[in-house]
Amino acid sequence: MVDLSINCGGIKSPNPFWLASGPPSNSAYQNCKAFELGWGGTVWKTIGAPVMNVCNRYGGLDADGQKLIGLNNIELISDRPIEVNFKEIAETKQLWPDRAVIVSLMVESKKETWHDIVKRTIDTGADGIELNYGCPHGMSERGMGAAVGQVPDYCKMITEWVMEVSTIPVLVKLTPNVTNINLPARAAKAAGASGLSLINTINSIIGVNLDTLEIQPSVAGKGSHGGYAGPAVKPIALHMISQLGIDKELGLPISGIGGIGNWKDAAEFILLGATSVQVCTAVMHYGFRIVEDMIDGLSNWMNSKGFSSLEDIRGKCLPQIDEFGNFNLLHKTVARINQEKCIHCNLCYIACDDGAHQCIDLIPSETGCKTVVRESDCVGCDLCSIVCPVEDCISMVRVDDNSKFKSWNQLVDEFKKNNAELTWEKLAEFQKAHGIVIH
Amino acid sequence: MKNIAPKLTAEQYAKNFSEIHRPFNKNGALQEANRCLFCYDSPCTKACPTHIDIPAFIKKIATGNLLGSAKTILNSNWIALTFAKACPVKVLCEGACVYNNENEKPIEIGRLQRYAIDAYFENGMPDIFERQPKKNKSVAVVGSGPAGLACSAELSLLGYDVTVFEASSVPGGLDTWGIAPYKTKREDSLKEVALVEKLGVKIKTDTLVGKDISTEKLLNSFDAVFLGIGLGESRDLNIPGENLKGVFSALNFIAKVKEEKWSNVDIGKRVVVIGAGNTAIDAATESVRLGAQEVSIVYRASKEKMRAYYFEVELAKKDGVRFYFNSIPKEILGNDFVEALKCVNSLSNDEFVIDVDTVIKAIGQNPKTDFILSIPGVELNANKLKVNPQTYQTGNEKVFAGGDAINGGKEVVNAAYDGKMAAHGIDKFLQK
Repeated sequence: MVDLSINCGGIKSPNPFWLASGPPSNSAYQNCKAFELGWGGTVWKTIGAPVMNVCNRYGGLDADGQKLIGLNNIELISDRPIEVNFKEIAETKQLWPDRAVIVSLMVESKKETWHDIVKRTIDTGADGIELNYGCPHGMSERGMGAAVGQVPDYCKMITEWVMEVSTIPVLVKLTPNVTNINLPARAAKAAGASGLSLINTINSIIGVNLDTLEIQPSVAGKGSHGGYAGPAVKPIALHMISQLGIDKELGLPISGIGGIGNWKDAAEFILLGATSVQVCTAVMHYGFRIVEDMIDGLSNWMNSKGFSSLEDIRGKCLPQIDEFGNFNLLHKTVARINQEKCIHCNLCYIACDDGAHQCIDLIPSETGCKTVVRESDCVGCDLCSIVCPVEDCISMVRVDDNSKFKSWNQLVDEFKKNNAELTWEKLAEFQKAHGIVIH
Repeated sequence: MKNIAPKLTAEQYAKNFSEIHRPFNKNGALQEANRCLFCYDSPCTKACPTHIDIPAFIKKIATGNLLGSAKTILNSNWIALTFAKACPVKVLCEGACVYNNENEKPIEIGRLQRYAIDAYFENGMPDIFERQPKKNKSVAVVGSGPAGLACSAELSLLGYDVTVFEASSVPGGLDTWGIAPYKTKREDSLKEVALVEKLGVKIKTDTLVGKDISTEKLLNSFDAVFLGIGLGESRDLNIPGENLKGVFSALNFIAKVKEEKWSNVDIGKRVVVIGAGNTAIDAATESVRLGAQEVSIVYRASKEKMRAYYFEVELAKKDGVRFYFNSIPKEILGNDFVEALKCVNSLSNDEFVIDVDTVIKAIGQNPKTDFILSIPGVELNANKLKVNPQTYQTGNEKVFAGGDAINGGKEVVNAAYDGKMAAHGIDKFLQK
């Protein structure tokens, strides 16, 4: 049996799967139902400043017949009376002592207001607090949410106010709507935060209804930017958590958020440094029941790989992250097509010919057409194998003997040492010396 | 006919003759369209006798461009609704789908085509076609079946004045009368006729060329003539008893069923269909669906030699049709009415008798020899009207032909392709 338990900045839960702050974690009814089905924790939907919502609130993005690869929303923080929320948080925590109950907070930028809500949250018995510096719509215009997360100084100031009174762990939730995610993260660290949660939603307009010409979601004919989430944002989230994971100045636990819908997504987040993972859109699509496969699938995968606890995999892939200038220019792969598996859709041919480097030929054969890679011209871009619909039909095969290494940075350094300039001509000489043909 | 099978209720008839391939709803069509790999140089397109750009029309369904999808289809094939439902897709486009190479379910191309074309007709057949300027030349088209209609539509877009002469009172030929009702309805074919008329083609029904209007007059009044005349009478068995009451040809029977007045069509309790082509299968399954209790197919050769497609044979088997192979009909027995069919097994030479009330002949059709040979210069070769395979021109330079008349009886989709290509042959001839 694998151990899925975690401790994220002092917040413990029996598994890493938490509901993210959002519609699914809005009430005691929902959070308790989620716990019954196995969720390890919840980040209660943000409570704080008084708000009123509008409708419609959500817009879905479908792609090629797949529903909801992205979801955007203009919903605000909890619009239920704050007293009701505090009461339900306390009741939920009492009923589920072994699960993590974290309360997401957002109030106006006044020290007293923050002190007050933090103290009242601690009184509920909650395990932790998450500071919502991420909401990119509705609240940010009022100086809250992303308006804080986008300015490291505000981030630091408010986190310091919270840390002054908090006796429980505090996670700072970051907005991805910044150019450098490390700056607000370092500000939170400097203020004493226990951990970081990211990403919050991305600024977006989900689309336009081509029948009515209304921007989606439409509030009686008006539209606005909203927060974008769901499967499509996962790569952005993976990048941002890995950037924090390799930041030597940080060293804070991370709760990963952004497009997580199954155990595989969760494993990727953890491999790139997340301690817990938070889920919202997938639950909004399919319900709380998805956690069963998340736990089961993650356990089975860990077993099959010989991992016994999440400690074994956390951040395991971070050492691979390096800058482009350190990559081996002499590493060489080519595409090889397994003719026995090929179903002759010719997508690799047209992708290579129109979209890449023209090194696959379509050769007439008795079965129709055969796609053949001209290996001498193949640049090893991998596009053909990415578009191939057949599993393991096209593979990228390493053809260099792994004996030589030269990175761009090394090359530049060598020229610098010799007081020479790295010109196109010099580069061509280097390429020729190593049998590299650019066409 | 004796021993007429009891009539069924209206509900039973409706159920028995309901479509075997259901239409897609929007979600289903989108999901299926998105499953298409959008192959390059795709084998489905090559396998289609009319070479519809199938990945292109499917992609357009996926993007919601249904009008563009219909245009892609119709540009290659004017008889698009009938073929969407009745084409033997399993041996054509769907049989060529690359998913088969992976042992996965091929894309349901026929149903997707129907989805796009249904939408086009529901949308009121908008005029989406590019036309050439009027050429002030006229073409007579004989027959409004798939070859004639396809030829007319194409000629009309090429700028010709086209008049179709149709012997029947209802146009559409085999598409209207010859396809099993659980595959297509008469209205499907009539929609296609309406589309061709909308393009500007005039259709004269109840006009049999050679009787109501002479061939000579056609040749004199029009700049060119296209013959889409199909085949003629069903072949006879040439055995004793063929004239007994209760013996009839499959095509007449199928046309009668197609009128959809099921209770008016008498069928014996016990039916034998002679022949094993796709028409024989249709006759057998339609007999079952009309209420016949024992239906058999008698075929002179082996199972392997049957011309019917395997999926048609499966359909007949599901309907409970029994097959007698290597069985040669020798005599139809009875006094006034059919009572039995005497056969001999060609392997054992044993004689056997099947008690039967109805015998349906489905052993093919003869060409319209007399009519064909009445046109100066037009010839037959091995029972097929002889044309230049590139231009579809006959021995008479003004006369062109396509469809069953020139191929001896293939799929309706081949006829439509012939008609379209012949239109271009005619265009080249008249442009000289």
